[in-house]
Amino acid sequence: MVNVRPALRYVAVLMVLGLLWKLAAMALGGVILPNPEDAIRAFFAALPTRIFWEHFGVSAFRAVMGMVIAFGIAFPLGLVMGSVRRADAMLAPFIFLTYPIPKIVLLPVFLLLLGLGDASKIAMIALILGYQILVTTRDGVRSIHPKYLDSVRSLGGSRLDVLREVLVPAALPHGFTALRLGTGVSVAVLFFVESFATTRGLGYMIMDAWGAMDYLGMFVGIIGMSLMGAALYELANFMERRVCRWMFLRKRM
Amino acid sequence: MLTADNLGKAHGGDRILDGVSFTLSSDETLAVVGPSGCGKTSLLYMLSGLSRPDTGAVFLDGSPVQGPTPDISIILQDYGLLPWRTVVDNVALGLKVQGVPRAERLERARLQLVELGMAGHDQDYPATLSGGEQQRVAIARAFVSRPRLMLLDEPFSSLDALTRERLQHTLLDVWKRRRVPFVLVTHSLEEAVVLGRRIMVLSDRPARPVAMFDNPGFGDESIRDTEACFRLLKELRHTVEDVW
Repeated sequence: MVNVRPALRYVAVLMVLGLLWKLAAMALGGVILPNPEDAIRAFFAALPTRIFWEHFGVSAFRAVMGMVIAFGIAFPLGLVMGSVRRADAMLAPFIFLTYPIPKIVLLPVFLLLLGLGDASKIAMIALILGYQILVTTRDGVRSIHPKYLDSVRSLGGSRLDVLREVLVPAALPHGFTALRLGTGVSVAVLFFVESFATTRGLGYMIMDAWGAMDYLGMFVGIIGMSLMGAALYELANFMERRVCRWMFLRKRM
Repeated sequence: MLTADNLGKAHGGDRILDGVSFTLSSDETLAVVGPSGCGKTSLLYMLSGLSRPDTGAVFLDGSPVQGPTPDISIILQDYGLLPWRTVVDNVALGLKVQGVPRAERLERARLQLVELGMAGHDQDYPATLSGGEQQRVAIARAFVSRPRLMLLDEPFSSLDALTRERLQHTLLDVWKRRRVPFVLVTHSLEEAVVLGRRIMVLSDRPARPVAMFDNPGFGDESIRDTEACFRLLKELRHTVEDVW
């Protein structure tokens, strides 16, 4: 059964945003910032076109692949760093020294190394999001109460049992939180990497329309990218609720 | 039979335990009382194999205990249930790590839950249960792997008085059926009298045994109402007042 309440919340928020947009458009004269009804009309007109879905599909592929690769590498690495003191001693200085560096400045290097195709863009998203997942997962593992580890060890559990029964399930909510919060970052990075050296993707669509002063076309891309960001957030949210069911129970006090 | 031989432990230069020795035969229970923070939990961890003593050794039926083993079950403070596993999966956890096939371990876990009065809670998560129910699940988990020794670390300390009494009786009922020896540490003298066939009093840090009491009324569900219970409690109180 469809849960109506979140959908209603989305509708209410969209109405408020639409109202603010309308007021801003009126204040700016409707040229630079088109009226929301015009932009929405243009968006719905673009929906049946193949070109819109090509751009959307390429962007979605890059964002999802970036997130999957980031999670696939950073989550296990965070588990290792959080649970193996020697590994943490070796890797933590490297991670924390490089964490504050704005990784986006490495885009030209990635373009040189991985080419102009999807790989460089996916790698950029994975790198930026991966850091967040890694640090959050590592800290999450380090905060696990020792009683859970003792609980499994006391039953004769091996290191593998401790990993499977405690570390992974206890760290998953931290990993998913980073992933969920990282969807916004991923879409922002996506827009940036699609602004260069590509002719595909919503980022390119936005910048191409901007360059042609086609502001309605630009807003078609902006709305598309916003909806994609919201969909990715909800996807991460849905996965977290499925995988970490115990986190969302009504607890007995 | 459990033998603790001259157990000693230090942590960061601070001696926690010193010269703790006792034996426990296969149909006995031992309640260990001591002031808060005296090292009772450290003693249980050494008995379970979760930590190694600096001096002395632990033997179970003549074999040295050198690490955690399915033969020894421990119920930790705050139960130690995994919040991300359902009740039945928590109970079956020990069997899972022993490699018992899934169908068999779930069946055994369900039967154990029924025995502890927790039928119908298989698919619940621990956080949705009351403290008393969580403790029943912890007891079920400890018994399901048919251990040769049970260790309980202040198992009922966070429960209200009535629930605590009910669970003490539940534990005694299961013990009477299984006859698994257990060591219980507690700071409640009354709990020690209800659950301990023998009662060992530990001093403040470093914890040393200062007295061992026999409790002939052990096992009687109405022990709280007996004259013998009052006398034993009085003796215990005098002893601990001198050493705590």
